[in-house]
Amino acid sequence: MPAATSPTEFRVPPVDAVALETRAADLGTRSIKKAAKVQGLKLAVAMMDLTTLEGMDSPGKVIQLCNKARTPHPSRPDVGPCAAVCVYPDLVPIAVEALRGSTVQVAAVATGFPSGRTDRQTKLREVELAVAAGATEIDMVIDRGAFLAGRYGQVFDEICAVKAACGPAHLKVILETGELKTYDNIRRACRIALLAGGDFLKTSTGKVTPASTLPVVLLLLEAARDWFLETGRMVGVKAAGGIRTGKDALKYLVLVAETCGDRWMSPQWFRFGASSLLTDVLMQLEKERTGRYQRATDFSAD
Amino acid sequence: MAKTKSDEPKTGETTGDRTLTFGGVWAYAPAPESTDHFTIAPRHELFVGGEFRKPKTGEYFATINPATEAVLSEVALAGEKDVDAAVQAATKAFPAWRKLSGEDRARYLFRIARILLERAREFACLETLDNGKPIKETRDVDVPLAAQHFFYHAGWADKLDLLFPGERPEPLGVIGQVIPWNFPLLMAAWKIAPALAAGNTVVLKPAETSPLTALRLCEVFQQAGLPPGVVNVITGDGKTGQALVRHPGLAKVAFTGSTEVGKEIQRAVAGQGVELTLELGGKAAHLVFEDAAIDQAVEGVVRGIFFNQGHVCCAGSRLLVQESVHDLLVGKLKTRMGRIRVGDPMDKNTDMGAIHSAPQLARIRELVGDGVQSGCELWQPTCTLPPKGYWFAPAVFTGVSMSHRIAREEIFGPVLAVTTFRTPEEAVEKANNTAYGLSAGIWTDKGARILWLAERMKAGVVWNNTFNRFDAASPFGGFKESGFGREGGRQGLRAYVRLAGGLGAG
Repeated sequence: MPAATSPTEFRVPPVDAVALETRAADLGTRSIKKAAKVQGLKLAVAMMDLTTLEGMDSPGKVIQLCNKARTPHPSRPDVGPCAAVCVYPDLVPIAVEALRGSTVQVAAVATGFPSGRTDRQTKLREVELAVAAGATEIDMVIDRGAFLAGRYGQVFDEICAVKAACGPAHLKVILETGELKTYDNIRRACRIALLAGGDFLKTSTGKVTPASTLPVVLLLLEAARDWFLETGRMVGVKAAGGIRTGKDALKYLVLVAETCGDRWMSPQWFRFGASSLLTDVLMQLEKERTGRYQRATDFSAD
Repeated sequence: MAKTKSDEPKTGETTGDRTLTFGGVWAYAPAPESTDHFTIAPRHELFVGGEFRKPKTGEYFATINPATEAVLSEVALAGEKDVDAAVQAATKAFPAWRKLSGEDRARYLFRIARILLERAREFACLETLDNGKPIKETRDVDVPLAAQHFFYHAGWADKLDLLFPGERPEPLGVIGQVIPWNFPLLMAAWKIAPALAAGNTVVLKPAETSPLTALRLCEVFQQAGLPPGVVNVITGDGKTGQALVRHPGLAKVAFTGSTEVGKEIQRAVAGQGVELTLELGGKAAHLVFEDAAIDQAVEGVVRGIFFNQGHVCCAGSRLLVQESVHDLLVGKLKTRMGRIRVGDPMDKNTDMGAIHSAPQLARIRELVGDGVQSGCELWQPTCTLPPKGYWFAPAVFTGVSMSHRIAREEIFGPVLAVTTFRTPEEAVEKANNTAYGLSAGIWTDKGARILWLAERMKAGVVWNNTFNRFDAASPFGGFKESGFGREGGRQGLRAYVRLAGGLGAG
């Protein structure tokens, strides 16, 4: 693909905010019951990137999280494992060790996460080190400063460079939609990330409010779908931050099912980035199985 | 996780097959709305003078569920004597009702609105059973909007002087109202609320095939303590409607329905000194320009024609699309149409329910057949339709000329006719090239173009980057064969008052 550095390459159709939000809200009214609910919740667990991105993260906490990703609920072998564990680069070796022998991937946030305010060499070096340490997925942040200043070519070039530095690792491009503000901006950022070779469009770092919202994810899914129809290439979508309940997760799944369809209904093409979502999903699954809500203390807190 | 191929270093997995499939991985389980919270009486009487009365004809007819063809209930057939009794009751109630202060009339209307919302679930279910439209729509559109009309007009009841300053608005008298089957409860609210707010009394005739919610609304009137005779509801067939609109005791007739019947009514009341408003058919156009927000335009087009199975007088049944985006738009539209869930109207995930009646289904089939015969290309998604009841899958015709019947006649069903244009002038000409003039939809990102087009549309309602949005505060009505008079908003109230003149006039 030729390098596209002129803004005209990044032209996208306009987005009507009212209509986009109406559609997202409309799909949010789908009633997911019984077998469909159980299947959806299980799928949500399998699509989950269990995440811990705090300054006070410790090796112990990461190991706990990895164990939870392997077997989310000890008495429910039919649930899980999760898709990935997402950590800061320095904790990648711990996660790699803890997840050895499982299908759970190790994802590292990089490129000066969450703000991205560092020079490109540092960003690329961070990616290389994370991949060398065993990360199979890299969650990068785009340069919002450059984007909002209209220097789209710079954003594009940086994603291309990060993609090259990733080597075999999958690249998730965090748009930080809460800072891009308008749907038109978000749609254009999707286009840049797609042209630059991103494997996943990801909403947020989780450090900015609002993080993931239904209309934004609908927009990302539309961009991924249109890209597939245009080029035949599939890219994934990751909704990250602010998703806390099983009910919310099912709403996102409805968006996937009715926008992109069957191809995207797998952990390979849709992910949830969350830290507290899993416990509620497990609680809902147990409620479907037993007919009763269990105590919060019946679920491991890690 | 699948790795990218080595010769495709920049993107995800490449596949030769670019088709999208839906519903193969995750099927929604049935989610039927329960009906155990209310009952439907086996027989419904007329509502005259504040009570339910047997018809003088002694006759009843059945109303069915269009989704199953099962009989829901028997409904009284009002004859001329019943119509007369209803008009007498309304006439008797008029002097006291008009004398009531606006504030007191508002109290009744507020009470009706509140009770309607308290019983919203019951009304939504009943409407879906009697009409065939999905529960999602009755729950989210019909019932809330019906209640809104009572709330809205309650607010005006004591402020009519402010609406028509210095002109002394006075009520007209007894209003005869005839409403269609596509929005039975909403149309009843739409007609009754402004009439009562302005101090009139009412005789309402619901459609023969969907009378149950209007009759249940009478229970709400009783619950609200509305004085007897202020609203009377008489059920029956076309003859009942004829007898009502010809009754000499009426001050005004308000009709919503077909253009054909509207013209008949206009002839019948000509020269009788009876006021008349008509809200009739339509053949509205969507105008989609190449700079439109394309995915949202697709949503709007779908909402425009497939909402309420296309049984909407202002449905966007013609799609005029700029030639440069025709293929893109039609492609997206077809994918989206495949996602419309057609089936059991009581299922909360159903997007499109049953066609309302056998004759309506026959009319849709006849016109669609004509479109195919004329050489237009018909496309419908494959969907499994229930074995009983009246069903028609969403349909789109491409390659339609302005002279084809499917582009000229109101189909009143889920059928869209697509034509292209190249310039804004051509779009305007084609959009206005119809006997009707009820609504239009403009899809463009360019503000100046919206204004330029809206000025030139011969239509009562012009939606910009949206479609089929209704509000009690917004006047609704048409041009040409779509009728005259407005409903809703201040303009709608004007049709229910006589302006007696300035303060000095007596």
